[in-house]
Amino acid sequence: MQNLKRNKMNTVFEKQNRSGPILFSKYDEGSGIEKALSMDRNEILNELRDSKLKGRGGAGFPTSSKWMIVAAANDEKKYVICNADEGEPGTFKDRVLLSEYPELVFDGMTIAGFTIGAEEGIVYLRGEYTYMLSYLESYLEKMRQSGRLGKNVLGKEGFNFDIIIRLGSGAYVCGEETALIESLEGYRGEPRNRPPYPVNTGFMGHPTIVNNVETFALIPHIVLKGGTWFCENGTDRSTGSKLFSVSGDCENPGVYELPWGTTIKELLAIVGAENAKAVQVGGASGVCIGKKDFNRSLAYEDAATGGSIMIFNDSRNMLQILKSFMEFFVEESCGQCTPCRIGNVKLLEGVEMIEKGEFTFEYIEKLKDLGRTMQIASKCGLGQTSPNPFISTLENFKEEIFKSKAEGALT
Amino acid sequence: MNTQTELRSPMSQRPHIISKAKDRTGIGANVGIEVNGEKLSVPMGKTILEICRENNVHIPTLCYHEDLCIAGNCRMCVVEVEGMKTLQAACAFPVTGPVKIRTFSNKVRKARKHILDLLLSEHYGECYSCVRNNNCELQSLAKEYGVDGYEFGHVCESRFEIDKTSHAVVRDMDKCILCRRCVRTCIDLQEVGVLEAIYRGYDTMIGTFMDKPLADVICINCGQCINRCPTGALHANDPSDDIWKAIEDPSKHVVIQTAPSPRAAIGEEFGLPPGTSMTGQLNTAIRRMGFDRVFDTNFSADLTIMEEGTELLNRLKSAIVDKDKSVMLPQFTSCSPGWVKFIEHFYPEHLNYLSSAKSPQQMFGAVIKTFYAKEQNIDPKDIVTVAVMPCAAKKFECNRPEMNSSGYKDVDYGLTTRELAKMIRETGLVLPELPKSNFDEPFGEASGAGLIFGATGGVMEAALRTVYELVTGRQVPFKNLNIEACRGMEGIKQASVKLENCVEQFSFLEGVELKFMVAHGTANAKTVMEMLLKGELSDFHFIEIMGCPGGCIGGGGQPIPTSELIRKLRAKAIYDEEASLPVRKSHENPRIKYIYEKFLTDGPCGKLSHKLLHTHYQKRGKFIS
Amino acid sequence: MLVYEKNAVSELVSDLTEKYGKKRSSLLPILQEIQQRYNYISDFAQQEVARMLDIHPVEVYGVISFYAFLYDKPRGRNIVRLCKTIICDLAGTKAIADAVKRELGIEFGDTTKDGRVTLEYANCIGMCDHSPAMLVNDHVFTGLDPETACKILREIK
Repeated sequence: MQNLKRNKMNTVFEKQNRSGPILFSKYDEGSGIEKALSMDRNEILNELRDSKLKGRGGAGFPTSSKWMIVAAANDEKKYVICNADEGEPGTFKDRVLLSEYPELVFDGMTIAGFTIGAEEGIVYLRGEYTYMLSYLESYLEKMRQSGRLGKNVLGKEGFNFDIIIRLGSGAYVCGEETALIESLEGYRGEPRNRPPYPVNTGFMGHPTIVNNVETFALIPHIVLKGGTWFCENGTDRSTGSKLFSVSGDCENPGVYELPWGTTIKELLAIVGAENAKAVQVGGASGVCIGKKDFNRSLAYEDAATGGSIMIFNDSRNMLQILKSFMEFFVEESCGQCTPCRIGNVKLLEGVEMIEKGEFTFEYIEKLKDLGRTMQIASKCGLGQTSPNPFISTLENFKEEIFKSKAEGALT
Repeated sequence: MNTQTELRSPMSQRPHIISKAKDRTGIGANVGIEVNGEKLSVPMGKTILEICRENNVHIPTLCYHEDLCIAGNCRMCVVEVEGMKTLQAACAFPVTGPVKIRTFSNKVRKARKHILDLLLSEHYGECYSCVRNNNCELQSLAKEYGVDGYEFGHVCESRFEIDKTSHAVVRDMDKCILCRRCVRTCIDLQEVGVLEAIYRGYDTMIGTFMDKPLADVICINCGQCINRCPTGALHANDPSDDIWKAIEDPSKHVVIQTAPSPRAAIGEEFGLPPGTSMTGQLNTAIRRMGFDRVFDTNFSADLTIMEEGTELLNRLKSAIVDKDKSVMLPQFTSCSPGWVKFIEHFYPEHLNYLSSAKSPQQMFGAVIKTFYAKEQNIDPKDIVTVAVMPCAAKKFECNRPEMNSSGYKDVDYGLTTRELAKMIRETGLVLPELPKSNFDEPFGEASGAGLIFGATGGVMEAALRTVYELVTGRQVPFKNLNIEACRGMEGIKQASVKLENCVEQFSFLEGVELKFMVAHGTANAKTVMEMLLKGELSDFHFIEIMGCPGGCIGGGGQPIPTSELIRKLRAKAIYDEEASLPVRKSHENPRIKYIYEKFLTDGPCGKLSHKLLHTHYQKRGKFIS
Repeated sequence: MLVYEKNAVSELVSDLTEKYGKKRSSLLPILQEIQQRYNYISDFAQQEVARMLDIHPVEVYGVISFYAFLYDKPRGRNIVRLCKTIICDLAGTKAIADAVKRELGIEFGDTTKDGRVTLEYANCIGMCDHSPAMLVNDHVFTGLDPETACKILREIK
């Protein structure tokens, strides 16, 4: 086992090679907290509002609104939860942030704790990332030693804050914030009814902010340099930059920090994937975009993504890709609500029918219709987005998928 | 947050919305909303479903049940809320602002139809071969939404083995639609914790610990899950075929006893409104079906009161006069087999608090196979005793190995209200139209005290009437003998009555404030037991506990559906019938006097009655190996 | 299960309850540590946890069966999880899968006879930029080909 350990993570640490406008720019450990503690809580919230920062997990809810509700809540206990259950296929930016830039994430959480008046932070780390645990724990210990965590953080009288790490156990759905809370409370990771939202009734019934790793990592920069500076990058409605986890058929897969609004074409050029046929934006629950739409820009208002960019070239079979995604959802649905539990199975069966050439177009249309029901009737984001690849792939690549199969179709 | 300890189901299945919304806004004020274009003024915090039901707007539901907390997982009740991208579950969405709701837009109807189609595609079996045919919520929704085919296919072979191991509850997961009402019933309503969702995704199913058969886990057989199952996935273990066989067998003398609660509820199976008593008609029907004798369980309920009441007085005497520390007070009733199994599993160290008296059903069985057999000169081995009960747990109780004090199985079959109704339907008899007739001798008369056993608090009320009179020589000091403190649907009730001017035999009780408590549903029973463990009940003397919410009238063998209103109506039927009876105290029942004169000659709690009418309990424990 | 084994489990559970607190929210960490120690969570251990946390055993079982990384049946000393999500798949998961199946002589989901290795598929483990990848217990191995994957499997004890 000894010599194997050397092998692991062999190519993962490449921090020195990275650069970017915000996250991958220079940051001194603790400087964000220091600045924040010198500010008034409302000032921080105002900077945040000015930055128009939206949640980086994918849903894109304005972070400042979340924080303001919790900051205004009247409860003796509040929680800061960092969602590090990065389960979306093709996403690995949080892995990079946590293993290479933990100071940003933890400083961001501490600033959040100060701003909303919480004393406890919890990182929900996915079980697959257990190998990071000891490193992160030691980093937290270092922070405690240097006074960035614990009683009276950095000498700020009355501000106590500490962070613990809880491990997930292999459930994609726990990335949904209410399922995550449910899991933290020791239950099956099944999403709750919303409303009430976690900002009102969250962990153990207390007001809770749940933010993505990347969101927290941006906070120290915003605090240090201000919301207006943050808006210099990106578009009007998607401010700042975004980490993109690029994988698949390209020369240089990896994590890239690019401003929002970058078009898919530009991104493909940067990563070396000019011969791409399709790009899956937003992971399994995202949409599949074909060549003709490569001019679309990556932004909340256009092709939104939590960071996953999967590139497929001409040699790839789109149906196989779609099938892989649908299998993923069948396995990872929590099984609680009807549309998601059974609907995904039906969509997968549809894909298999196409694969075998035993389908009717009428039935496929019916399944697309079912997919649209799932999008609006499912209980949580998983079921609401799981039909996306089915609908978008069959729409954008219908020539490829149906051309050879149509002959075998029963119609 | 104290709800953490009060409720045990996951937060995802919990109704923390309604009270919370009131707290937060602190207004409790009304808000103007629009439902299908109609303007309404509704209180803040109510859910869309509640509002619509109050205003006669129908919204279909499956996972919602008014006895249970909210799950919001079947998605049948989705509605369109203006300004929201997705549809919202009406059962779980609290109104906190001036929203506009549409309950039957195209989007909504299509979504509901899709959801139904999906459920049906996984729902194995044919309606006409299902125990819940014509009383199935999935079936009626399919009709409501005009389902005319299996849009997304249909499972053509069974995927699960039917779990028939339990004497009481049969689980057929092929018919399960995963609404999780049973889970919420088991974990929240009854706090037994046998059923829970297991596995994930498409593999999700309702299961027991390590997916063991029901007979091997700590199920108390209360059958409340059956009452709340919208489909035929849960039903009772039906012995009616064996009973028919016995009826046709000329060598068998088939005797049936009917409990009060089935008589107050069986009319519902024949389309009558809840709370229509069918006692006389049922006797006729049973005779026409071919049973040899029909007896009234109320008789043995009176017997139970004599035994249990005497036991209480004996315990009080030992404790007060003999200062015997081994005597356990308060004494708990033992007539609910669900509750008995509950305490055996969850509080095995405290079985001494239970009265040793058997339940009325078992007492009757023992009396029939001894006293009755002798009087009628029938060999007890040829007697088949059937008990019509509102209860699923009675099926388990009559199969307990220790219940054979007559030398034979005291009661051969426990039959639920639903199963008896099914048997009557098989005969073609129309129950409501039959003439009335009386019970058979020699147990043809019973007191009203036995009758009210059917509702929560009834045993207590009956026992007080007898105990108070034995001790003081006077009637209980309540108007018309109605002890209102025992009645009603409150979870835990308590009261006291002072014993003054006692007769000489009971002079040791002079001035004692007899404190009693009534609880129903095992969740409340648990609360009572926890109070007992904390020593808060040390000055109590007698506690009645019924395993099912509402007592026997809400039992697991009663007609489906159930709700608090239905249970109240059934209870009312029982109390109304009782008020008109000539004999309303157990000890005044002439047949009871007769049996103690002729048979149980050494009196209540005497040697013979201890052999026949009392039992012992098993320490089962909460954990299984 | 022998008495002393049961005692050891009870002791571990009560230590863990002490460490994480006697509350429902401690359930997952407690289960994770029990599994770390025993490779799986036996029905006895589940009931002990239920007893200590004052919840129903079936709730513990419901949680265990929900999470892919918690097991109620004995597993091998090492758990190998090969990522099967699309990027790894396109980079050659299938060839690796076939090779390790041959190498170990078992199918996915099974454990070798000597109890050394349990072979499983995993959904995306977040190593798409170094695909194909697999997890061996808590360690991640990336950029695999059939040969190195088999070599790794040979070397684990």
